[in-house]
Amino acid sequence: MGDIVSIVMKRLGLGLITLLVISIIIFFAVELLPGDIAQAVLGQGATEDNLAALRKELGLDRAAPVRYLEWLGNALTGDFGNSLVSKTSVSEAIGTRFANTLFLAVYAAVISVPVAIFLGVLVALFRNSVFDRVANVVTLTSISSPEFFLGYILILFLAVKGGYFPAIAKLDDGMSLIDKLNRTFLPALTMVLVVVAHMMRMTRASIINLLASPYVEMARLKGVPAWKVIVKHTLPNAWAPVINVVALNLAYLITGVVLVEVVFVYPGIGQLLVDAVTKRDFPVVQACCLIFAATFILLNLAADVGSILTNPRLRHPK
Amino acid sequence: MSDKKQFKALLTRDAKSGKLGRRDFMRYAVAAGMTIPLASGLWTSEVAAATPKRGGKFRVGVHDVNTSDTFDPGTYLSVGMIQLAHTHRSYLTEITPENGLGPDMADSWSATPDAKTWTFELNKSATFHNGRKFTSKDAVASLNHHRGEGSTSAAAALLATVVDVKAKGDHAIVIELNQGSADLPWFMTDYHLAICPANDDGTLAWQDGMGAGPYKIVEHKPGISTNLERHDGWHREGAYFDTIEMLGLNDPNARQTALITGDVDAITSVDLKTMALMARNKNLIVENVPSGSAITLPMFCDHAPFDNVDVRLALKYAIDRKEIVEKIMFGTATVGNDYHVSSGMPYAPTDIPQRPYDPDKAKFHLKKAGVSSLNVDLSAADSILPGAVDLCVLYSEHAKKAGISINPVREANDGYWSDVWLKKPWTFVKWGARPTPDQMFTLAYKDDAPWNESHWQNKRFNELLLIAKAELDDKLRAEQYREMCQIASDDGGTVIPFFANFVYARNKKVAHGPNLAAAWELDGGRGYHRWWFA
Repeated sequence: MGDIVSIVMKRLGLGLITLLVISIIIFFAVELLPGDIAQAVLGQGATEDNLAALRKELGLDRAAPVRYLEWLGNALTGDFGNSLVSKTSVSEAIGTRFANTLFLAVYAAVISVPVAIFLGVLVALFRNSVFDRVANVVTLTSISSPEFFLGYILILFLAVKGGYFPAIAKLDDGMSLIDKLNRTFLPALTMVLVVVAHMMRMTRASIINLLASPYVEMARLKGVPAWKVIVKHTLPNAWAPVINVVALNLAYLITGVVLVEVVFVYPGIGQLLVDAVTKRDFPVVQACCLIFAATFILLNLAADVGSILTNPRLRHPK
Repeated sequence: MSDKKQFKALLTRDAKSGKLGRRDFMRYAVAAGMTIPLASGLWTSEVAAATPKRGGKFRVGVHDVNTSDTFDPGTYLSVGMIQLAHTHRSYLTEITPENGLGPDMADSWSATPDAKTWTFELNKSATFHNGRKFTSKDAVASLNHHRGEGSTSAAAALLATVVDVKAKGDHAIVIELNQGSADLPWFMTDYHLAICPANDDGTLAWQDGMGAGPYKIVEHKPGISTNLERHDGWHREGAYFDTIEMLGLNDPNARQTALITGDVDAITSVDLKTMALMARNKNLIVENVPSGSAITLPMFCDHAPFDNVDVRLALKYAIDRKEIVEKIMFGTATVGNDYHVSSGMPYAPTDIPQRPYDPDKAKFHLKKAGVSSLNVDLSAADSILPGAVDLCVLYSEHAKKAGISINPVREANDGYWSDVWLKKPWTFVKWGARPTPDQMFTLAYKDDAPWNESHWQNKRFNELLLIAKAELDDKLRAEQYREMCQIASDDGGTVIPFFANFVYARNKKVAHGPNLAAAWELDGGRGYHRWWFA
């Protein structure tokens, strides 16, 4: 187990360096965008005088590297600053919205991961059957359609025509969990449809890959039933690639949610990021992007740890 | 119209305006030969529905709602904040549903004959949401917020001629200008000039969202939603709904779906492409209100080839405005005539003939200008108006018939106002509505205006502009503006294809009076206190 701890520590250290590099890239990318926050806030009605006044008020009259270092210094002490536009603290602005995004991601993950792996096992078991083909075609179709299109289709049939679920995923304080699950079902289902195919097909592929191994043949010769061969003998060895794909998709559930949030008017972090970019609200952009980056880093780390734990050979390197 | 029909119409009109009670209405209706059920039905469907009723929660899907929206009236920019500002705050004056000027926080106003000193008598019963009385101090602070050194307000330019704002007792303010302006009471309807409470030091306390408007904010989640409830101390008639929920629905499809499924009762904007489908729904009513918001195509009059008035006229004759309104705006616009005064504005001239699409005339003017072929770039971006670039492409097709080649240039959406507008010689611009011709002309057509987007210099026009500014005689003023419009149309550097309409929709159960203000979406942003549930 000591190895794992050292691997985790090493990866976390590298992760921090990655975040630092990303924060630099984001800062200068926002700087490169044409126009600045003063112009975005005052719009067409801006005059040179009040543009200058607003820039001064926001501290934008100083050089870009100075502003970056100042932000970095505060960020290292845990202070992510205030939104330049609304003047509220970034952590406050992001807090509830990130919680909402996480809720939707978890909701979608709880449905999609078991469904994907179960389907993956089933199609591996009945590979090349009609069931296999249908499952593949359906999931590939859903992954190939853009999220907003899937969302609109679901809204049309399940909300406007059928009236089974609400089309707008607005959340109220003091909503019961059941209400909340009902309100957010369509966006969650959209996310599920987008990620299931990838995980299912990876499960299928890695199981089928192992089915040619001698030990599987041995199991078959022993007379082990087909489902048991897959669940007991091949699946444990197929976990490593599956876990990686699952982690990648979980990250996508958090970072790729922007379009779905827009379509269903879900108050998550993606909408916030879009608003912040159009207004050049750098502290908010920075914080959102760092959250996305950290999500990828942590989930990748979790995937690596997971595949090491499921593979004894990796746990005891020679 | 038959006599019977005419009588019915008259009867309904009188009943709606409150001149007839239900009993009299029934008696006259039956006397006129209507059966009792018919008369009774007419009362319920026509008259009762037009009588405001109190109660209910009005849920509105609003577009252009951003997490970056703030309560600072000086930086109001988005449609979402403009709608909210008219709901929880108030203004000295208001634009009435008939597009006239009416009192809001000010009861009356008067000017000295040179229109340089204005006195506004303030309403004595108006209160803020915390119960505090509204006084002249608040009005002074609310205006001074946009003035002076270091003001970050976008309304600073609007109040540039204001020299001083003083309190005169507790319930009047005096505004002094360095140049006469007969339109000052109209300026006070500008959405930036919201009345907020003053701090003791004379600065403005805008931060907590307090106002003196018809509804007070219960909960405000920037970019998501705002919940409001009636302000019981509001000083005016109206505010029929008990509570209001404004939901930020920026995606057109989400907005329209919410209205169709009954999640909201009204929406502030309808996607023009699907407007016809929405109108087919029997529970919904799509409102199509002509506005003063113009699309302008200003060319630099000091830049070749636009420095020749015949070239400008050729380009004005080479555009088929009707087809553009039909194809780009799906009919939801009013054809323009190259002067920036819409039919809803005061002093709008009615007798200037509409300039037709006439390729031959365009050719004639080109010949007169001594230009054999014309090849010009027209810059546009779709962020200014969805379909802006398409409009330019269509225009270039029209112009081809007159031997003019227009190259539509698609510019970047970001930074259009800073990098393209006022920088390139011919651009595509969308203007929000301004209440009066003077304001529009002073802003974008006066010779020395920083936003004189066409670099247009016309001596007579600028003379008239100054005279009309301080002219308190309405008839004379109307004549002066008519002449200015004619000059702008014949000599100006701006092609005005159309004035866009506001297109919004509501559920049938929401009712409103016979007219809708053209200043903003939803009855000038005031449907929240003017409308009711039938």
